[in-house]
Amino acid sequence: MAASLNGRAAVVGVGETAYRRGSDRSALALQLEASLRAIEDAGLEPKDIDGLLPYASGAAVAEDFITNFGLEDVTFSATTPMGGASCVAAIQAAAVAVATGLCRNVLLPIGRRGYSDSRVASRVAAMPQFHVVSEFETPSGAIAPAQLYAPMARRHMELYGTTADQFAEVAVTMRRHAMLNDNAIMREPMTVEDHHASRMISDPFRLFDCCLESDGGAAVVISSAERAADTRRPVPILGVAEGHPDSPSVITQRPDITRLGLAKAAPRAFGMAGVGPGDVDVAEVYDCFTWTVICQLEDLGFCAKGEGGAFVEDGRIGLGGELPVNTHGGLLSQAHIVGMNHVCELVKQMRGEAGRAQVAGAEVGLVTGYGDLGDGSLAIMGAAA
Amino acid sequence: MSVARPVPEPTIDSKPYWDGLKERRLLLQQCGNCGLVRHYPRPMCAACHSLEVRWIESSRRGRLHSWTAVHHPFVPALRDEIPYVMATVELEEGVRLQCQMLDAEAAALRLDLPVEIVFREVQDGLVLPFALVV
Repeated sequence: MAASLNGRAAVVGVGETAYRRGSDRSALALQLEASLRAIEDAGLEPKDIDGLLPYASGAAVAEDFITNFGLEDVTFSATTPMGGASCVAAIQAAAVAVATGLCRNVLLPIGRRGYSDSRVASRVAAMPQFHVVSEFETPSGAIAPAQLYAPMARRHMELYGTTADQFAEVAVTMRRHAMLNDNAIMREPMTVEDHHASRMISDPFRLFDCCLESDGGAAVVISSAERAADTRRPVPILGVAEGHPDSPSVITQRPDITRLGLAKAAPRAFGMAGVGPGDVDVAEVYDCFTWTVICQLEDLGFCAKGEGGAFVEDGRIGLGGELPVNTHGGLLSQAHIVGMNHVCELVKQMRGEAGRAQVAGAEVGLVTGYGDLGDGSLAIMGAAA
Repeated sequence: MSVARPVPEPTIDSKPYWDGLKERRLLLQQCGNCGLVRHYPRPMCAACHSLEVRWIESSRRGRLHSWTAVHHPFVPALRDEIPYVMATVELEEGVRLQCQMLDAEAAALRLDLPVEIVFREVQDGLVLPFALVV
């Protein structure tokens, strides 16, 4: 059994820029701005940062932060190249680094111009993790995540009877939550009919099943539990894990294409935290596609494999429901900041600072990452003291 | 002016596969030690860690494991073919292949439909596998 990180580290600061479609700032400037806010939120100064975990597929490396912040002695830097699972996987790496004393305060920044610069198909083609897909599947016409994940969703529908109405339930719920969020890009109401009328992208995914392309930056600071005690409002990390699916670099060869790396990570994180799915009050679930939420709810253990479609019905994942999901509006309706916006939202929830989307009395919350053709990551946090 | 398809860059490990397609043969790697068939081509057998490889010719028979009809032109070369159907085919040999389907009606597709793999030269020097409902 691995050493537990439960209670050894805390998120001490979060920072976000305005999320937009269109920005006159570079991706580096966006994450520097978000980082300053996160450092200030923690009650720290830039010189206190001695660990760096930038987004692996982003526009900046550790050296950029050392240079721009004038950091004199960074003792730990790493990346967690797992696509959309990177930001939450970085929480695990950061927790290890501060728990072992390699560094004191780790900055996890991300900034991107997903709307203004190159779009997803060309971005992923440049990622080394996609080299198998690029060689063997792209000549036949597949490269974008929507195309690669669609057969997973299709098989799930055929095997388990999951429906487009259930996909729509996810999209509409995320939109309803985004309408409560002043920093969400999509705040016009959406109905199930609107979802069904949106254009087909890669069957069964329609436009409103797909996340946004956004410009913005977000960052968090993670410190050891001891150092966190001196900060404004630390949120303890109770459990954290990453998981890689079978056949991680190509979905086509995966024994069960409806099971994600998260299914391996979830029992580890819950075990570390000493809680179970039934204890979770709020969940920020990586929602690059509507179906991805359904599948992750299964792999997290909120319901059995195949029951995720029914699980999201009847308002269960909306505010006021049994398990509010993506209280900020998610990648589908707030913005696509590779899930660092999900991490920021969970921290706000655990501090009781989530405004109109606050889940009253939230004691245990979780955030997931999903990406790179099936990698998964998960962090479970407790209420701020 | 049509846009060319992305052309694969064969590696030392995958060159026999691409050469096979040019001869309209679907070649699969088989472990030279334990006999396990694997795809896509790679250097090592995950079961016994042998680097010994031999190539076998697939029966080209399989079943539909899943599919998607692509409506958005993510790959510019295929803009004129939209909507095209991408199939995930489970071959008799136990490995899978992703390829375009020929003459497919997405609404008529079902899991486990029998399919066969055929070949088309889509542009000069690029022969690709396609799936056809049997």
